[in-house]
Amino acid sequence: MLSLNSEPRSFWHDVPAGPKLLALLIATGLAMWLPNAAAAAMAFVAVMGLYAVAGWAFLRQGLLALRPVLFVAALILAWHGWALSWGQGALVVARMLALIALANLVSMSTALADLLDRVERALAWLRVPPLWRQRLALSVALVVRFTPVLIVKGQQLQRAWRARSRRRPGWRLMLPFVLGALDDAETVSEALRARTGTL
Amino acid sequence: MARHIAQIALFAALIAALGLVPKFDLAAGVPITAQSLGVMLAGCLLGARRGALAVLLFLFLVALGLPLLAGGRGGLGVFMGPTVGFLLGFPVAAFVTGYFSAQWRGSAPVVTTVLAAILGGVFVLYIFGIVGFAMVTGQTLAQATSIMWVFVPGDVVKAGLAGIITESVLRLRPGLAAQG
Repeated sequence: MLSLNSEPRSFWHDVPAGPKLLALLIATGLAMWLPNAAAAAMAFVAVMGLYAVAGWAFLRQGLLALRPVLFVAALILAWHGWALSWGQGALVVARMLALIALANLVSMSTALADLLDRVERALAWLRVPPLWRQRLALSVALVVRFTPVLIVKGQQLQRAWRARSRRRPGWRLMLPFVLGALDDAETVSEALRARTGTL
Repeated sequence: MARHIAQIALFAALIAALGLVPKFDLAAGVPITAQSLGVMLAGCLLGARRGALAVLLFLFLVALGLPLLAGGRGGLGVFMGPTVGFLLGFPVAAFVTGYFSAQWRGSAPVVTTVLAAILGGVFVLYIFGIVGFAMVTGQTLAQATSIMWVFVPGDVVKAGLAGIITESVLRLRPGLAAQG
């Protein structure tokens, strides 16, 4: 789930990271000027069209990637409908979904390594010392590696709680959760020290 | 340095996981995610500088397009939305929380940590959040403040939890505080 990268290679995989990032940035900026719900809905359909260009499997994957935000989108729509207007809510939600879908498209079709390569080159251009660039790359790799690990640990803690209590798991799980992450950091730092000379 | 990098990275991952573990809710039925609690804890447990770096690393990955924010949001789009002020305020909040929790540490560590978390994780964070919200939605600062006021009690509760959790962690892992 963390890595949105799509396995079957698509048309968009062959487009270099730089232009895709630039296009996403421009589209994100332009999306703020969408005048109404109809325009935002068209933007969303257009993004879906970009997915469809790469085939049905890719489109389906793109839609599945949107599933986690649908609940939030419904809440936002309901809140806008209740407090302001449904049209405004539809605009906000359609725009949000279109932008998330577009960002997902870039993520799904661009290896994180390629994205980082872009950042690395930008930092080199800004004359950031190589050692710091290596540290950044290493840190990013660690976060990508350990976020799913911690999510699984969090879910295990919740299951362990549910097996023992009828009450909902609450903030008390935070302590073992945080401790686990800090202990993982110790283990990782030992592994890093053993494998890297100058860091 | 290896330890610092590992701690910064693991805490960034922790903040991400706090937003993604389903139903890691703090109050029953209320979808308050623990992500901003993670920001306060980063400052309290790693210190001002490393805490802020952990949050910056987290935001960097969000910007790269990873859906790490609560609710699976990510990408450059979130930096254009009404909550952009809170995102940009996150590292500052971690820094201020960490700085003052270290400065004020004395005979009543839970109390001072809670106060530092309220100062950094609520007061400073909301200044950023309200300014960002007002700018994006074209409202006045007063209007934005009146809307945001609803969320303050929940975040004050999180500051309280940050104090309790920080002290429990430091009691169980005393080496952490010694590292500074």
